Amino acid sequence: MPARVLVAKPGLDGHDRGAKLVARVLRDAGFEVVYLGIRQRPVEIAAIAVQEDVDVVGLSILSGAHVALTRKTHDAMVAAGGDDIPLVVGGTIPQSDVPKLRAAGAVEVYPTGTPLEQIVASMNELTAAAERS
Amino acid sequence: MPGQDGERIVTSESGIPLKPHYGPDDLPPAADVPDPGVFPFTRGNFPTGYQGRLWTLRQYSGFGTAEESNERYRYLLAQGGTGLSVALDLPTQCGYDSDHPDVEEEVGRVGVAIDTLADAELLFDQIPLDQVSTSFTINGTAAILLAFYVAAGEKQGVDRAKLRGTIQNDILKEYVSRGTWIWPPRPSLRLIADTIEFCATDVPKFNAISVAGAHFRDAGANAAQEMAFTLMDGVTYCDEVVSRGRMTIDEFAPQVSFFFYTHGDFFEEIAKYRAGRRRWARIVKERYGAKNEKSCMFRVGCVAGGASLYAPQAHNNIVRVAYEALASVLGGVQSMFTAAWDEPFALPTEESTTLALRTQQVLAYETGVAKVADPLGGSYYVEALTDAMEAKVIEIMDDLERQGGMVEAVEKGYLHSLIADEAFRIAQALDSGARPVVGVNKFVTDDAAPEVEGFELNEKGRLRQLERLAEVKRSRSGADVTATLRALESAAANDSVNLMPLLVDCAKAYCTVGEMVDVLKNQWGEFSQPVVF
Repeated sequence: MPARVLVAKPGLDGHDRGAKLVARVLRDAGFEVVYLGIRQRPVEIAAIAVQEDVDVVGLSILSGAHVALTRKTHDAMVAAGGDDIPLVVGGTIPQSDVPKLRAAGAVEVYPTGTPLEQIVASMNELTAAAERS
Repeated sequence: MPGQDGERIVTSESGIPLKPHYGPDDLPPAADVPDPGVFPFTRGNFPTGYQGRLWTLRQYSGFGTAEESNERYRYLLAQGGTGLSVALDLPTQCGYDSDHPDVEEEVGRVGVAIDTLADAELLFDQIPLDQVSTSFTINGTAAILLAFYVAAGEKQGVDRAKLRGTIQNDILKEYVSRGTWIWPPRPSLRLIADTIEFCATDVPKFNAISVAGAHFRDAGANAAQEMAFTLMDGVTYCDEVVSRGRMTIDEFAPQVSFFFYTHGDFFEEIAKYRAGRRRWARIVKERYGAKNEKSCMFRVGCVAGGASLYAPQAHNNIVRVAYEALASVLGGVQSMFTAAWDEPFALPTEESTTLALRTQQVLAYETGVAKVADPLGGSYYVEALTDAMEAKVIEIMDDLERQGGMVEAVEKGYLHSLIADEAFRIAQALDSGARPVVGVNKFVTDDAAPEVEGFELNEKGRLRQLERLAEVKRSRSGADVTATLRALESAAANDSVNLMPLLVDCAKAYCTVGEMVDVLKNQWGEFSQPVVF
């Protein structure tokens, strides 16, 4: 069964080029992609992640609110019983914020300019790790 | 791509095939390219080009609270900026007040938070609104911000007839690419037509709408799609106003303007602006029977930067923006924003924004490119490419007509899929190297990314905003709020009433953005975006 990846944009920022591109590339790479689109509330992302039993949750944030929204989504996932699902984040993210995002609950961070193949490879690793455990 | 004889076919970024060279046989008929200032304005709207009036150097800016933004505006005006451009935070753009529980982390982040007229008064404190022109990047809540601007002007003693500026007010592209939609397309079109009528009668120096292709472009569209989608949006708005039968095209068309991104394919960008100017002029004359040639003028602002900027070797962006700014000027734009080199990482610093402004100033005052109108007019290549671009634009517009027009194309997700396809194609071309980008897929170095400071939200500023909102809610007249909101709600149910005067009444009663938006949501419902990737 193909691994399932949820892709969503929390918060109000509507720049979805990156999120759609990643969703498409992951689909082409054999993942089953649950794409929620823009303006998703963290509690809804968490609820759907658990309900759809996804293997990874990917957030795309370009508004600068990445640390707060990652923390909110992570907390919502814990509350919804999805704390075992790895959370990854991409977007307009300065290098100096990468440690803050990890502290907020992201296991991987993909700042602007991250090659798409690197994201696919990273997803393969994360979902393979999930299968082993 | 290989041709039949195995030779490589060179194309522009929009896929227009290019010849090895161009000659006299490639020139269009003389009627298509009369002198600058002559219909259909291929060579520019004005006979004297930028000698008559330089383009407006307009830097997008605004963050945090109204006080902080006000300080930044006064700084930019003192540095020689000639117009203000107001960036609003996402809650304001999507119709939420700063105290809404879902938007806590977004208050004052990508722009300034405006909840009530009190914030607008502070934002323009000591800035004489009869002397500056102000451009608002606002769409879903554009009518409300216009109401605030009119009311803020009146508080300064400035008559609304003297106000100059622009609201973006282009909802169709929001449904597809920028995402700050609130209500469904049809009531939103009605509200936009209301603002266009209101500006024509009450605020005659204010542009009621800036039809924006820029966001299609940033979402992945190519230059020809950007122009075609935007002209189709323009047609949709004009159809809406004209179909009411209350106003002719000549009464409002001079207040319609356009807005694009200039990206890296130098000559194609120049051709895009020239082709767009000619096409729009003909649409306005042929489709709507305009009698006034001013109505046919395609007035355009642009941004140099956006998705044409890259994170690796980020200082290269300074060079990219300079070339794009030059293409914009050779294309004849009326106003320009140059993006800062650090845009792919973070909100720009004062230093990087100033450098971006200086880029335009060097172009305007040192290079001499502004001395002659349409300096490339008559170039075999530029004229032929302008023709090819116009043909491509017409082809895309015809396809959209066949899809049932823009509202249908939006509701069905057709536009979303065209843009996603093109974005994907570009990503593949970057990956394969078919589209070379220095520092990204060519001449790559493994330099660490430059250290850029993230913009820390000023928590004190947010709390001050919440305090001000609470204070406004305490001190305003509850009876006025209820009465003006009720009047708005009942008018919203009746298509023949113009809502703008009612929104101005709400603004003056210190109703919040969220209150006005919610009242209209009760009547009109909310949009739900088709999910296409």
